[in-house]
Amino acid sequence: MDSIDKKLLNIMQKDFPLSSTPYKDLGEMLGISEEDVINRLGKYKKEGLIRKIGGIFNPRSLGYKSTLVALEVKEGKLEDTASFINRYQEVTHNYQRDHTFNLWFTLIAPSRERIKEIIDSVERLPGVRKCMNLPSVKMFKIGAYFSLDEEGEREEQKSDQ
Amino acid sequence: MISDRDKKIIKHLQEDLPLDSRPFKNIAEKVGMEERELLKRIEEMKEEGMLRRLGAVVHHYQAGFAYNAMGCWRVPQEMIDEAGKKMSCYREVSHVYQRPSHPPHWPYNLFTMIHGHSREDCEGIAESMAEETGISEYTLIYSLREFKKTSMKYF
Repeated sequence: MDSIDKKLLNIMQKDFPLSSTPYKDLGEMLGISEEDVINRLGKYKKEGLIRKIGGIFNPRSLGYKSTLVALEVKEGKLEDTASFINRYQEVTHNYQRDHTFNLWFTLIAPSRERIKEIIDSVERLPGVRKCMNLPSVKMFKIGAYFSLDEEGEREEQKSDQ
Repeated sequence: MISDRDKKIIKHLQEDLPLDSRPFKNIAEKVGMEERELLKRIEEMKEEGMLRRLGAVVHHYQAGFAYNAMGCWRVPQEMIDEAGKKMSCYREVSHVYQRPSHPPHWPYNLFTMIHGHSREDCEGIAESMAEETGISEYTLIYSLREFKKTSMKYF
């Protein structure tokens, strides 16, 4: 990864040009060709460094509801429980964590009713001992981009609040 | 209410933007509007707060972000705003949310996502957050396995 890659990754996370030729504009900012920009981005995607180039929307402003759910799942039932949960397209993140509450997932759905329906179905699973619904009460800070400086050291800055 | 045209724009914009010279022209054609009109609407969506951002979504692990801790804090109600604001100022902290506590199993009501080079790094950051805010009761929880990580698909 050279210094152009680092700069490109930084710009890609916060100031993607809203113009008819964004990759050409990025190239101009970095002193490289449009083709070079496109090749580098293609490479990052292939290597899994970037998951996608696209829009991140605010669920609330689109009328969606969201929450975080934590479960205490019996030893040996974790995989089954996780795959049951993963089947819901409303589940965006699902992690095993090192705590008594060992499975944590986030839900985004068009209504509170749908959220409740999913949580109820998860709560009834045989491996689930405890279930906590943790919808946000107040949001202080959300989202961040990760910048790579010249030394390759990571630096994180807030993108919006 | 979200207009049908906005829904169409969102449906396309939440997908991976094509790596060709005129990616927005491509989307505009599918939505049935002019490219310049689409760019203007995207700009407005950003201003209205509907679109948080447009750009690359990076994999933290691959980008070298091996360690992130979920720092959960037990904060007295009257201190929540102050603690939330102070914790938000940390560069290493990406998310700060107040959530309900569930005593006695779960006394914590302020959630933070802390990013560091190592576990020790995360612990050090949490210690300075504790010192600065005066909130000494907290726990750091690490992820052991990622079962799912996707972007939400709306509409």
